[in-house]
Amino acid sequence: MRTTFIETLLDLAEHDERIWLLCGDLGYSVLERFAERFPGRFVNVGVAEQSMTGVAAGLALCGKIVFTYSIANFPIMRCLEQIRNDVCYHNLNVKIVAVGGGLAYGSAGYTHHAVEDLAVMRAMPNMTVVAPGDPTEVRLATQALAEDPGPCYLRLGKGGERKIHTEDPHLRLGEAIWLRRGSSVTFISTGAILAESSQAVEQLTGMGISTGLISMHTVKPLDVEAVLEAARNSALIVTVEEHSRFGGLYEAVAGVLASAAPTKARLLPLASASPLSQDAGSQTYLRIRNGLDADGLVDLVLNAFWEGLDDQN
Amino acid sequence: MADLLAVLYSSELRVDPAQPTWADRDRFILSKGHGTAILYAVLAERGFFPAAWLDDYAQDGSPLLGHASHHVPGVELSTGSLGHGLPVGCGMALAGKREGRPYRVFVLLSDGELDEGSNWEAILFAPQHELDNLVAIVDYNKIQSFGTVKEVLDLDPLADKWRAFRWAVREIDGHDHAQIEAALAAVPFEPGKPSVVIAHTVKGKGVSFMENQLAWHYKSPNAEQLAQALAELEAGR
Repeated sequence: MRTTFIETLLDLAEHDERIWLLCGDLGYSVLERFAERFPGRFVNVGVAEQSMTGVAAGLALCGKIVFTYSIANFPIMRCLEQIRNDVCYHNLNVKIVAVGGGLAYGSAGYTHHAVEDLAVMRAMPNMTVVAPGDPTEVRLATQALAEDPGPCYLRLGKGGERKIHTEDPHLRLGEAIWLRRGSSVTFISTGAILAESSQAVEQLTGMGISTGLISMHTVKPLDVEAVLEAARNSALIVTVEEHSRFGGLYEAVAGVLASAAPTKARLLPLASASPLSQDAGSQTYLRIRNGLDADGLVDLVLNAFWEGLDDQN
Repeated sequence: MADLLAVLYSSELRVDPAQPTWADRDRFILSKGHGTAILYAVLAERGFFPAAWLDDYAQDGSPLLGHASHHVPGVELSTGSLGHGLPVGCGMALAGKREGRPYRVFVLLSDGELDEGSNWEAILFAPQHELDNLVAIVDYNKIQSFGTVKEVLDLDPLADKWRAFRWAVREIDGHDHAQIEAALAAVPFEPGKPSVVIAHTVKGKGVSFMENQLAWHYKSPNAEQLAQALAELEAGR
């Protein structure tokens, strides 16, 4: 995803001289090409995220489109007040890019796990929050947010994510992408966990359970219509996010359902239930531990159905 | 601080109230956003907005918030939380520097504000990028929100700290208009380096019962105190 991002940004910067890239001393083997191609529009600010974000705001106030780049929580939490006061309050054209969303930096431990980022960024005024599901969505989302004049947060996975879309979907910020429709279950997935969601949907479909899949690449503003449509048409809604259950996709969807006319759909939360993992582990291992792998998702849905049947009996 | 802003806006800053967003204007950021009453007064005096607005300062429905607000014509950056102005000023100066534009960026900081680590990130950044179009001004009145600077986090030796970070430094009496004007007219003090003016000031200068009193960081004068303060300031002109 990070490679797709930088390739897309290089292409955009070729055609738009307003595009700058700042990094907080991270991006080895990813950002060099931008730095070499556009030295006048690249700054390694140093290990100094507050300065990076403030400088980005200053550049944006002079008409630039500024991307700030670092890993996991670093570009958002250390400098959260700069994002709130300098970027969001002034509604500036600053794009915050975090590589390694969710548990991508698995073995690096909790300090490097971005599992509260969606909640924190959702709370910021004027902020658009985007978590693309696969490399194709990364390319389209990067293009879309470069055209959006306001603050955006772009949560990327890391490297090696497989493509889920076989052809380019129509991607507009704030509009969900339906990959499949189903009458029993609808998965609403955000971010790079789309690969696991997609696999789980395949498995459930193979079992004869009609299962839909939405890639909710934009968490804010949320596509309310897509959520309501899922609630009208399926009995069970499952939100999938590599994130704490607090303040992320689950609560965003729950908020829509709570304020909507009553629907029959049940909402099941799925999230990295215990982000404070103490043992080392790859992203794959940690996803399994948290029930966020495809098999875990399938089991959760099957259990929910059994419970549902029990209720009816 | 009133003296610093009076000189800045009357003789140094290249700004045009008729075109507050003119691309090559000098930028001024009041990083100590709580001092905004003075900034508003100076901006009104320069004609950025009607002086009548000042009558409703910080009152219900007034555009003049109790901290600097970018919704007010002439205010470049909303501030209030400390430690934000200098990094943003660095960004503005960097854009100007890399594009060869003529404008300068002035950032006014408080002494207590220098406790914030974000400033020191920016103080490292500016000389690295040779931002000689950036001028920091420290209002060094030696009192911060809940005690003296010496008691809370001593900044001494302040000029040496900036020098060690590769800034060009001048220390002045921050109430002496001739000294302020001479310093500001001489920026950049050294080509290729950012400049800092350490302005030694007295909190509440010119009003006998306010000078060096922490309480007046918070209090507003009543009518009688206001009359006395104005009389003392007039007498001192």
